[in-house]
Amino acid sequence: MLDRLQGLGKTGIGFLERLGRGHIFLARLLLALGSLVFKPGLVIRQIYSVGVLTLIIIIVSGLFVGMVLALQLYNTLVGFNAEESLGVVLALTLLRELGPVVTGLLFAGRAGSALTAEIGLMKATEQLSGLEMMAVDPYQRIFAPRFLAAVVAMPLLAAMFSAVGVLGGYLVGVELLGVDSGAFWSQMQSNVDFNMDLMNGVIKSVVFGLVVAWIAIFEGFDCIPTSEGVSRATTRTVVNASLAVLGLDFLLTALMFNA
Amino acid sequence: MNSRAIEILVGFFMALGIAALVMLALQVSNLASFGGDNGYRVEAYFEDIGGLKVRSQVAVGGVQVGKVESIDYDMDTFKARVTINIQEQYNSFPLDTSANIYTAGLLCEQYSGLEPGGDVDFLTDGDVIEITQSAMVLERLIGQYLFSSAGK
Repeated sequence: MLDRLQGLGKTGIGFLERLGRGHIFLARLLLALGSLVFKPGLVIRQIYSVGVLTLIIIIVSGLFVGMVLALQLYNTLVGFNAEESLGVVLALTLLRELGPVVTGLLFAGRAGSALTAEIGLMKATEQLSGLEMMAVDPYQRIFAPRFLAAVVAMPLLAAMFSAVGVLGGYLVGVELLGVDSGAFWSQMQSNVDFNMDLMNGVIKSVVFGLVVAWIAIFEGFDCIPTSEGVSRATTRTVVNASLAVLGLDFLLTALMFNA
Repeated sequence: MNSRAIEILVGFFMALGIAALVMLALQVSNLASFGGDNGYRVEAYFEDIGGLKVRSQVAVGGVQVGKVESIDYDMDTFKARVTINIQEQYNSFPLDTSANIYTAGLLCEQYSGLEPGGDVDFLTDGDVIEITQSAMVLERLIGQYLFSSAGK
């Protein structure tokens, strides 16, 4: 009985400890961001690995999500004789929810896991300690550029996802199913608000970028420095980052669209 | 890969992302036609606004010229005060323009329709539209019909 209670307590303390370490890590990460002003090359290299390499999967899934949405929505809307609203519904769904959220999930899977594995391997092969031995701050040299790159890349990726999704919806809705092209665009333009819909989507994607990058880099930094530890940290990154994206999305939606 | 190629690819990526944002802003959202608050405001008092909402469209002859900016209730006249934002280029509506509330489509989305009058003076910022007609509320119509048919 007491042993179980002790086990429970140990789990709880361990969880809180990790949470605390994570926040201290985030604070040091944010402090190190200032040093990047003098070394933009580091950030560009990281934008390449988290942004450019993620581009293909984002564009392909954006296209297919847009096309499937158009197909499904058309079948429902045509029952109400409202197939001209296809453009509005499609654009609002993509800009407000699916763009940031699906991009966040894919980003966690593609870029987040790569970040964790890379930093975990650096720790396992003692490269991080090596850097410290040479008086190079790993926060400034390794973590901060990756963090900033993810925060910059994420909204751009989400915007591309939404744009390609709208185009995919246009292809299926207008070219394939015969919705009127003028009504498709004009209803979309008159009902989608720049601040309310587009900017809120951008804010969401920035927040998701921050959270995914934080979780991914911290998991790599905090992993057990063995091959097994690295692989487990990578799995944890994908699971935790995806859950964080979904949970935060609900919170942000409630804050933004419930006023 | 050398760093020049990486920089070019990153530049391409950023340009693509920004292009996507601009495309969304101009093609998908209302920034191009109804962005910002550049325009002038007029007020209209209605007995009953039905289902009119903030951001509902304001149309003249079916053409959208502005949108509903705010709705509140005026405690002095006991009427609903609707503030309408009309775009700058439509700046020569006669002073005795009237405002109505119509229903668009089967899904009962309501919009405000303006009908120009014959006055020589124009509506300007802060003016009040004097002639208004309330929204048709279906329940009230049915009630009136029942009342009048019971009287026969």
